[in-house]
Amino acid sequence: MRRIVSVLLENESGALSRLIGLFAQRGYNIETLTVAPTEDHTLSRLTLTTVAGDDEIEQITKQVNKLVEVVKLVDLSEGDHVERELMLIKVKAGSDQREEIKRVADIFRGQIVDVVHDAYTIQLTGTSEKIDAFVKALPQGSVAEVARSGVLGLSRGEKALSI
Amino acid sequence: MEKLSGADMLIRALQDEGVEYLFGYPGGAVLHIYDALFNQEKIKHILVRHEQGATHMADGYARATGRTGVVLVTSGPGATNAITGIATAYMDSIPMVVISGQVQSHLIGTDSFQETDMIGVSRPVVKHSFLVKDARDIPETIKKAFFIASSGRPGPVVVDIPKDKTNPNDLFEYKYPKSVSLRSYNPSQKGHAGQIQKAVDLLLKAEKPMIYSGGGVILGEASNALTALTRELGFPITNTLMGLGGFPGTDQQFLGMLGMHGTYEANNAMHHCDVLLAVGARFDDRITNTPSMFCPNAKIIHIDVDPASISKTIRADIPIVGDVGVILKEMMDLVKNKRSKKPNKTLISKWWDQIALWREQDCLKIKRTAEDDQIIKPQDGVKAVYEATRGEAFVTSDVGQHQMFAALYYPFDEPRKWINSGGLGTMGFGLPSAMGAQVAFPESTVVCITGEGSIQMNIQELSTCSQYELPVKIINLNNQSLGMVKQWQDMQYEGRHSHSYMDSLPDFVALAESYGHKGFKIQSRSDLEPVLKEVFSIKDKLVFVDIMVDPKEHVYPMLVAPNGSMRDMWLEKGVRT
Repeated sequence: MRRIVSVLLENESGALSRLIGLFAQRGYNIETLTVAPTEDHTLSRLTLTTVAGDDEIEQITKQVNKLVEVVKLVDLSEGDHVERELMLIKVKAGSDQREEIKRVADIFRGQIVDVVHDAYTIQLTGTSEKIDAFVKALPQGSVAEVARSGVLGLSRGEKALSI
Repeated sequence: MEKLSGADMLIRALQDEGVEYLFGYPGGAVLHIYDALFNQEKIKHILVRHEQGATHMADGYARATGRTGVVLVTSGPGATNAITGIATAYMDSIPMVVISGQVQSHLIGTDSFQETDMIGVSRPVVKHSFLVKDARDIPETIKKAFFIASSGRPGPVVVDIPKDKTNPNDLFEYKYPKSVSLRSYNPSQKGHAGQIQKAVDLLLKAEKPMIYSGGGVILGEASNALTALTRELGFPITNTLMGLGGFPGTDQQFLGMLGMHGTYEANNAMHHCDVLLAVGARFDDRITNTPSMFCPNAKIIHIDVDPASISKTIRADIPIVGDVGVILKEMMDLVKNKRSKKPNKTLISKWWDQIALWREQDCLKIKRTAEDDQIIKPQDGVKAVYEATRGEAFVTSDVGQHQMFAALYYPFDEPRKWINSGGLGTMGFGLPSAMGAQVAFPESTVVCITGEGSIQMNIQELSTCSQYELPVKIINLNNQSLGMVKQWQDMQYEGRHSHSYMDSLPDFVALAESYGHKGFKIQSRSDLEPVLKEVFSIKDKLVFVDIMVDPKEHVYPMLVAPNGSMRDMWLEKGVRT
C-alpha cells in the first residue's frame, strides 16, 4: 500500500542524511521525497511516499521516530488527507500540435508558464494520479523534460502536525 | 567567567561529566586536545595500540560499570579504526561517547590529509552524532552526547571536532550545563498502566508460562526486580546470550540460555509455553529460529524501552514500552496485591514436571570416550575456570565456539559479570573489553575466555596491559582452528574445511612473556585444576594460559535451521530431536 509520511525534523545539517540513510540501511524504499523549512525556521517538514504493508510501515515509523532529530511524524495515509504534487513539464509544441497541447493543459487546469516558438513549459498541480494522467494525455513524443516536486500533504480537519 | 580554549573546554566538560578514564590514541587532528589532557590529572588516559582496542575497552568498562565509556581518536584512520568497536557497542546498546578529531574546518571536503567524513562513515552504527561547528558549543554538545548515549535504549554517540575548534589561542567563556533537554528526544520511562494490568492478568492465568529476558535487563539495572518477580511467580526463566546474569544462573528456576546454542530445556520450554513474558529482549534471529514457527501456542507480552524492538520480528500481544525496571516493579506490586489469584499451583507444577523431563536430557553433559580421558574438551577448560574463580569473576569472551562454551558452562549469578559481543559478533573484542573491566575494577578477577583465532585480532593490546599493569587472565581455548566456522563446514559443507584452520600459530607463552607477562601451556586434563589454581593466585600480573583443546569438539545443542522451530535441535554429532 502507498503511504504518505510527513516528518517534522530539526533543521540541522546531517538530519536529512540520517533519515535517508535509515531507509537505505533497513531496505525501505522511497518513491518521492520533498523537504523544506517550515514557518518556524528551526524545523523542516519532510514528506515522503513509500510502498509498505502494515507491519513494514509500523517499523518504518518507529525507526524514523527513534532518530534523535525527528520531532514528530504522521502517516497521513492512515486518515483523510489532502495531497498535492507540482509538476513543471516542457513540451515540444510545433505549429501542428500547439492548439492540442494547450487544450489538454486547460482541461487539466495546467498553466503555461513559459512559451517559445516550438515549446511550452506547463505548470500543473494535483494528485500524483492526475499528473500521471496529464502526461499520458499529451501527444506521444512531445515531452521534452519533466520536473516533479514529489508529494506534499496535510491531514484534513483541524488536526495539525506541529510542536 | 572563566575563559578556556575549545580543547580545554572539552577536557573540563569531560571532568564535569565525571569521566574517569579516556581510552585513546593521539594524532594530528587531536593534538590540541592531547595538550589540554597533559595539564590535568583528573582524567586518566589509557594509551591503546590500535583504536579498535580503545573502543572495546571503553565498551568493556561501560558493560562492567554501567557508566558511559569514553574514547578519543584522531581523524581519518584513527576514526575509521574505531568503527568496528562503535558498531559493536551499537548492536549491544552500550553507552559510549567517541570523540574524534577532524581536519580543520576550511579543509573539510577537500580530500585533505587524514580526512574522513566520520559523521557519514559512522552514521549507520551510532545512536546519534554531532559535528562541532562552533567551539562555544562544545560544553553543551558533550552534555547532550552523554545524555543521549546513556538514556533510553543506550548506544554510542560520536562527537567529531575539527582541529581549529580546539585552537589554544581562541578562548571562550566556559559553563557546563547542569542538565539538557531535547524537544525531539524523550525516551519513555513509565509503562502504560492498563497494559501492565493486562499483562499481570494474563500471567496469573498461565498454565505453561515462560520468562525470556535479555540484555535490556542488565542495561536497565533491573536484575533485582526481575529476580524478585520471577521468584514471586515461581515461573521458569531463560536468559539470552546478552542477558546472562540478569537472573542467577545457578538458581533452580533458571533453565539456561536459549536460542541457537540454548539448552534443551530452555528451547523446549519456549516452544511449548502458553504465555511468554519477554523482558528487554529483541527476538533476534539467533533466538527465534524460523519466526513463523516460533512459540506457536503462546500469548506474548513484550516489555522494552525501545518501541521499535516491539513487534519487529515477532508480533507482541501485549506490548509495554518503558523502563524495564520500573515496569517490573509495578508488575510485582500488582502480583502481590492479587495473592488470592496466585498462579494455579497444580497447573504450574505439571509444567515443572514436564521441564524436569527435559532436564533429564542433560544436554550439557560432556561426551567422552575412554581413550579421550586426558584430552581437554573446551568445556573442561571453562568449567575449570568456573571452579578456580568460584564463579565470581568478570568473564569476557571473543566470538566463536569458546564464546558459546563460556556462556553455557560458566553460570553467572550477577549482572555485568558476563561481557561479550552478542549482536555484532566481533572477534577481537575479548581482550580489550577485559582490560576495560579491569581498569574499572583493579582488584577483581577479570578473565578473557578466547580462542587462538580471536585473540590474534587484537593481540597488540598485550602491550597496553604491560604499560598499565592490567592483570587480566587470558584463557586461550586453543583448538588450532576457527572452531565455529569448522563446525558449520562439518555440518553443512561435508567437512570441507575451507580456510578454517590456523596455520603458523605463535608460541603464545613466549609471546606473552616477551611483553613481560606470564604464560602457561596446558595439554593434559589432569593439569587443568592445579595450573589454573596457580594462575588465579597470581594477582599482580597478566597471565596467558594456552590450553590445547580437542579440535573436533562441536557446540551442542544447536537449533536445526533452516525451517526449524525452537524444539528442533542437534544434540550431538548426527543426533537430533
